[in-house]
Amino acid sequence: METLSFVFRKLVEDRVALIGAVIILLLILTAVFAPILATHPEDVFEFHPSERLQGPGADHFFGTDRMGSDIYSRILFGARITISIAVIAIGASVLIGVPIGLLAGYYHSWVSDALMRVSDIFLAVPQIVLAIAIAQTLGPSIENVILALSVTYWPFWARLVYAETRSVQKEVFIEASIALGASPFRVMVLHILPNIMSSIIVRTTIGMGGTILTAAALGFLGLGAPAPSPEWGRMISESREFLPDAWWYATAPGIAIFLVVMGFNLLGDGLRDILDPRIRRSSRHDK
Amino acid sequence: MKLLVLILNRLFWFVPTVLGLIVITFTISHIIPADPVAFVAGDNATAEQIEELRRQLGLDQPMHIQLWRYIVAVLEGDFGVSLYTLRPISEDLASRLPATLELTFVSVFVSALIGIPLGVVSALKRNSLLDHVLRIITVSGLAIASFWLAILFQLLFAMELGWTPLQGRVAGWGPDVITGFFLIDSLIMGDLETFWDVVSHMILPVMTLAFPALATIVRFTRAGVLEAINSNYVMYEEAMGMPRRVIVWKYVLRNALIGTVTQIGLIFGILIAGAVVVEAVFDWPGLGSYAVQSILQSDYNAIMGFTVVSGVIFIVVNLTVDVVHGFIDPRESR
Amino acid sequence: MTSDLLRVRDLKVSFATDGGTAQVLDHVNLTIGRGQIVGLVGESGCGKTTLARSILGVLPKNSARLEAGTIEFDGVDLLRVDPNRLAATVRGRRISFIPQDPFSSFNPVFTIGAQIMDLMKWKSPELDDADAGRSGWLPRLHGSRRYKADRERVLDLLRQVQLPDPEGVLKKYPHEVSGGQRQRLMIAMALLPEPKLIIADEPTTALDVTIQAQILKLLRDLATDHGISVLFTTHDLGTAWEICDSITVMYAGQEMEAASSEGFFKRPSHPYTNRLLKSLPSRGGSLSGIPGSIPALVDPPTGCRFNPRCEFATDICRQTRPEVTSAGPGHDVRCYHPVAEEKRHALA
Repeated sequence: METLSFVFRKLVEDRVALIGAVIILLLILTAVFAPILATHPEDVFEFHPSERLQGPGADHFFGTDRMGSDIYSRILFGARITISIAVIAIGASVLIGVPIGLLAGYYHSWVSDALMRVSDIFLAVPQIVLAIAIAQTLGPSIENVILALSVTYWPFWARLVYAETRSVQKEVFIEASIALGASPFRVMVLHILPNIMSSIIVRTTIGMGGTILTAAALGFLGLGAPAPSPEWGRMISESREFLPDAWWYATAPGIAIFLVVMGFNLLGDGLRDILDPRIRRSSRHDK
Repeated sequence: MKLLVLILNRLFWFVPTVLGLIVITFTISHIIPADPVAFVAGDNATAEQIEELRRQLGLDQPMHIQLWRYIVAVLEGDFGVSLYTLRPISEDLASRLPATLELTFVSVFVSALIGIPLGVVSALKRNSLLDHVLRIITVSGLAIASFWLAILFQLLFAMELGWTPLQGRVAGWGPDVITGFFLIDSLIMGDLETFWDVVSHMILPVMTLAFPALATIVRFTRAGVLEAINSNYVMYEEAMGMPRRVIVWKYVLRNALIGTVTQIGLIFGILIAGAVVVEAVFDWPGLGSYAVQSILQSDYNAIMGFTVVSGVIFIVVNLTVDVVHGFIDPRESR
Repeated sequence: MTSDLLRVRDLKVSFATDGGTAQVLDHVNLTIGRGQIVGLVGESGCGKTTLARSILGVLPKNSARLEAGTIEFDGVDLLRVDPNRLAATVRGRRISFIPQDPFSSFNPVFTIGAQIMDLMKWKSPELDDADAGRSGWLPRLHGSRRYKADRERVLDLLRQVQLPDPEGVLKKYPHEVSGGQRQRLMIAMALLPEPKLIIADEPTTALDVTIQAQILKLLRDLATDHGISVLFTTHDLGTAWEICDSITVMYAGQEMEAASSEGFFKRPSHPYTNRLLKSLPSRGGSLSGIPGSIPALVDPPTGCRFNPRCEFATDICRQTRPEVTSAGPGHDVRCYHPVAEEKRHALA
């Protein structure tokens, strides 16, 4: 609890990280209250061909799209898709990667080496390439995008947790608890995991930004949620045939992606400065 | 000696990593419930025709036989035929590879050329206005969706201002293919007009690709320079009255660059990933647009080929970076 | 009057820290005679490194502030000299430096030879000041003949510091030679410009105990041979006594006593130095055997900074800092209650 309030206080002091946290908070609020905040909530699935491709104005803040739907309202509902993709995909990656990393780091055997080799192979391919291959074979849908991202991103956490476990393991208190006869499960969950938690949190925050970019790129390539879905990447892709006249079409979703990714990156950088003692020390070294 | 061990170790792992990559790619594309053969054969095909095609493509064999055949074929440089055009995929990939490499190399070059000096200056003038502006730019560079940036550039520079071509690699047929790198080929032919045309086509895609790469380079160079400037050896060099410019541009920069060079593997990853969507937007005839086209056509043989090839490029780049790092960092090499 | 090589007077330096402004040097005096080896002794954090860096002119730019005082070197106040001129003509030429940590003070990515030859390029004793101060990448155009001569001079120096295989060492990277050898190299590099003063900041603390004595003896012998003055900072009184001609003791940013080594050990006058000497045999010369702790420099005690720990302290000690008084020829002390002869024996 004490550390939590310490982190919170530091976050408030670090104005840049605070901006990131506020952006993310706004994103969550937007997603939750989308039906209330939207001016045309029904436009997510309804078309008004007579109003298609209108510029921004009092009725349509960010203009309308090729179907005559209100872009502002669609952006709000798109936030729901973005959040669910990022949270579920990253959550799954953490749930796969952290146990693998812990086990491989704790036990020194050929299985550990094999597990790390497999994650190295996954890391050897650019994530978007692997995600494209998976999403393509499974067919375009949100669920498949999430699955594709989880399968491609777990090795990041496995690698991180593996390395951290190996270094924490050498600490005296871990050796002591092993000597006192604590079970491996107990040592891993109660002693090692809390000590590497801050690295996992930092990696997860920064990972969110990257995942959202990859998810948007999949949507842009037509591998995300199918047609009427207000997915931001897909909206940008739809806009292309109406350029340069409908300049507003791609503007709003592009800025939305930018702000959200920026929010996670800023918060992640801030958390790293606060939580990572190594970097904290070197930033003090100002002389 | 240490360097030799490092190289051998990396080479030793190269083969299993590539094999693992092929196995994973293969597994991914063969767990699909959909039947690609029926798709390729078309709606009017009879059951016999479908079976015939399935035999031709070897898809009637058990899974492990198919995998074995695929591995052997890939190692011989054969990725099978496109399910869509029935052309050999390896030929398609080979003809498109230079376009992607040319684009990524130029982008790496441009981002390093601009990013390294900016990173140094940003570190030297820490907390100045310039440093803050650069920080905003670098944070943005890693947060912007490249396909959106590409569209913005097209909208502004090609459509509104008309300064650059909208898309493509060259107007007309381009130079005779010698190396496949149009910049080099046009120079070999002595065709300056084509050369400048190729350059003008490259400007927007390179700007798009180089932006996030530039952000990474500035960040790492800045961090490396700051670390070096606060080190004891710089304090010693200052105490011995060595000229400031020698300390910064020789002693500090050399140390900082070692860190930056190791990041080039990472940057290459960003670029290859970026190339997939950026090439699609700019209709750049490279591997990325080939992949997107194959996705749209559900041509999974082609996608597998693309995945394996880009993975191998990525592995080779990282291997090269490790070896280069071993050479330029004396602490690694002996 | 002008026979002294270096006279630091009333030097006041403060540091901006997270907790406020730290008064790291409080009107400090220091004198170094020509050809003299002076020990600057004090616990870590007493300001001796800051004093050394002030003389070199390499205080951390962001946090340190030089508030008052003069640093007179060879009759010139270094604090009034243009910084660029200082770097080109004084630092590394008339005053050179031996760092505390020979492990991290070499640039890790250049060979030792490259670093020494670079130093030679800019700081060779054959350069005159006009050449050394020239802008551009080379101080003076010189061909292979000059390079050869420079190299010979470097090799000669390496032999003087008793490095085995000098030619081979030049081709190596810093991490490939031992700590003792690196410190020998540092001594060679400090001698290279034929300076008048070498500032050696705890040159042996990072080294193995068995090598420390060799390095110190080497430094002393070479300095004496070449007629170079040395300012030698240490927290180890025993070491200071072994190699120094005179000793200045600092405590919490103030100098307490300055005397010849002999005078210092025979007639220590300041209560603090008496306590130090008393703790010497049992503690092997470390200065930690005194009750109480070093005061925080952000909010230091007024008057004499030793007063909270001093058994003789009176009201005036807590109000005003004592002036320098003489306790004998060449023996200065800053104390209202210098320890008299009979008490000295009682303490010892």
